[in-house]
Amino acid sequence: MKKALLIAAALAVTGTAAAAGKLEIFSWWSGDEGPALDALVKLYKQKYPSVNLVNATVAGGAGTNAKAVLKTRMLGGDPPDSFQVHAGQELIGTWVVANRMEDLTSLYKSEGWMSKFPKDLIPLLSSKGGIWSVPVNVHRSNVMWYVPANLKKWGVTPPKTIDELLKTCATLKAKGVAAPISVGDSSFPQPHMWESIALGTLGTQGWADLFSGKLKFTDPRAVKVWTNFGKVMDCTNKDSSGLTWQQATDRVAKGQSAFNIMGDWAAGYMATTLKLKPGTGFGWAPAPGTAGTFLFLSDSFGLPKGAKDRTEALNWLRLLGSKQGQDTFNPLKGSIAARTDSDLSKYNAYSQSAAKDWRSNKIAGSLIHGVVANETFTSGFGGIVAQFVQNRDANAAAQATQALATQAGIGK
Amino acid sequence: MARASIPTKAAPRRRSFNSDRLWSLVVLLPSAVLLAIFVYGFILRSGYLSLTDWGNDPAQALSLTPVIKFTGLSNYSNLFGGLLDSRFRQDLVSTLFFTAFFIVACLGLGLGLAMLLDRNPKGEGLWRTIFLFPMSLSFIVTGTIWRWMLQPAGGVNALFGLDPDRHAWLTSNASIWRFDWNKLPLITAVVVALVLLGVASRARQSGNRTQMWVAIACAALLVLWAFTLGNSVKMTPVPEYHGFNLAFIGIIIAAVWQMSGYTMALYLAGLRGIPDELREAARVDGANEWGIYRHVIFPLLAPITLSAMIILGHISLKIFDLVYAMTSLNNLNTEVPALLMYITAFQGNQFAKGAAIGMVLLILVAAVIVPYLASQFRRSDRS
Repeated sequence: MKKALLIAAALAVTGTAAAAGKLEIFSWWSGDEGPALDALVKLYKQKYPSVNLVNATVAGGAGTNAKAVLKTRMLGGDPPDSFQVHAGQELIGTWVVANRMEDLTSLYKSEGWMSKFPKDLIPLLSSKGGIWSVPVNVHRSNVMWYVPANLKKWGVTPPKTIDELLKTCATLKAKGVAAPISVGDSSFPQPHMWESIALGTLGTQGWADLFSGKLKFTDPRAVKVWTNFGKVMDCTNKDSSGLTWQQATDRVAKGQSAFNIMGDWAAGYMATTLKLKPGTGFGWAPAPGTAGTFLFLSDSFGLPKGAKDRTEALNWLRLLGSKQGQDTFNPLKGSIAARTDSDLSKYNAYSQSAAKDWRSNKIAGSLIHGVVANETFTSGFGGIVAQFVQNRDANAAAQATQALATQAGIGK
Repeated sequence: MARASIPTKAAPRRRSFNSDRLWSLVVLLPSAVLLAIFVYGFILRSGYLSLTDWGNDPAQALSLTPVIKFTGLSNYSNLFGGLLDSRFRQDLVSTLFFTAFFIVACLGLGLGLAMLLDRNPKGEGLWRTIFLFPMSLSFIVTGTIWRWMLQPAGGVNALFGLDPDRHAWLTSNASIWRFDWNKLPLITAVVVALVLLGVASRARQSGNRTQMWVAIACAALLVLWAFTLGNSVKMTPVPEYHGFNLAFIGIIIAAVWQMSGYTMALYLAGLRGIPDELREAARVDGANEWGIYRHVIFPLLAPITLSAMIILGHISLKIFDLVYAMTSLNNLNTEVPALLMYITAFQGNQFAKGAAIGMVLLILVAAVIVPYLASQFRRSDRS
């Protein structure tokens, strides 16, 4: 025992000098997502047994707490070696513009990743000629969930367009379903539903134009998004602001509502927690008007400038982008691999269908999950949605969004 | 005599160097230094940052060497009149309503419980503990319990079979007593004028005629300004309505549950401190039970009411954790400025604006605390 302590102490002292390195990774994966991260950590330790891996997890609130801690650490000049961040503008608009990240293009080239990830994906991870993070997983945001047996009972089918959705809503209301569509609170479920409605209203190109500045938020087409969103909100449950996304999903499972638009983590919740069988216990379809487009979000890791253990961090990123790393992590996390060559036999029925879409659909980035807009915009946008839900003023919401976009530098 | 006065004068001087004094200085110094840096220094720094543009440009927000420009009061003028910050204004209105209801309910319930316990019921100690117990919980725990109890389709609604649509404790979208934010100068002027009239009537009672006339003149001037020039002041480009969001009812219930035991304890101590002779004297003079309370006990409890109001007032102005636990972030129906400050600074990366919200909160809390501290200092000077 004493000897072991001595060796440990000696290792700690000579840790930086010897081959035995250190690696600190920073994430908000805990609880349900913990095992997936643990599996990755285990894999890393197998490959690099001499490295002392420090797993710095800050739990809670979809990363809210972790991001606040990360900011204080970065501002204090003590960056972790690699940290979790939503891929896209959340990283670029926050850390890349501040010149705090290293360009990973050479890593992409040396590992041959340029051809392994979908073509539409790389531009969404890049800016100023650099690629800034390695996506570990992919989640789909524009999914509509339902229970097939209930739809059959009510005699309706999953609507394909927003107009059909509103018509179905009227039919269901006539049959005594008070809230045909369920939604949770405004912390993220409501803006989440907004982005699916927006994509369904504007189409893939219109959605991309909105964030490249080609289409103004005050354009009549963009105002129509708010009108549509208001009509959809009229079909939702009155107690939405008190429900988490899980409770909103419960409403569908219990047959109180017919549809719910949520990300594909809802599949994990329904399969694991509610014990429903994918395909028969619960069904899914692209959110109305968005068939053929995969609205994605992705957890990724980047390399901050000034990382103390740069080599070990690069090895970590290599592992994350590898086929083995992605296929170890994603089946446990309930997401799919960002790579298009993953081993689909390891995934469940829903994930297999999502992976097929990932390889064939057009790809668009999620707004509320950080792909197409920076944190200034997403955080202010939550407030605008909440305000709209109160006052239902489409023009005011459109003007406020445009003002916010200007302030946040969207489309610059 | 002159010679004798030398040692008495020298004695305190020598005492200032004795070891007791030295020790007290040494012991106090670390906390004084830490307070100076981590409280007052950071207040000054936040105050300065609130006058800059740190975070308006995302490229500078989190840069290692951010370029921060001094922009004067622009953050504040945006908060009170900018198009994008109506959220802050609603939060401010919400927090004032919340504070008013919270304090009134805590004082009322606390006084009621204290008066009941003062009648020495059976098992008084047990009751006292039961009522005081919620205070030992943290707001996070209280919030979690009450979030669960006030759920639309669970908790009390399920227990008593209430219709969740009509009893939306935390989820109501309705708001009452709405007013146009542009009328704020007018409302403020009228409120201040009313206070001045109160001062005037007091001055009349105490026979101070000049003070009375000055107060009346000021009030008249304010009202005149409000209805002429003040009426044309436009705070926001478009009319903007704010009111009391009914979703706060749930939060007020939880907060009152937590803190009314505390006011009960304060009042109970006050009631026990009133000598029985006073009540008996009042009874001999022919006062009935209500008269005793009205003319003897309540006036004696006034200082306790004041300190309870101060404590509760500053708690409610800076409340964060209770609301965070009960309705989470980005819920406009129940948002308070402290939550918005967190969201603005740590989600939106707008550090200067976050600092400005913080300063507004500090000023609000100071407006409650400072007069109280001043009166306390004066009192201890007198004694």
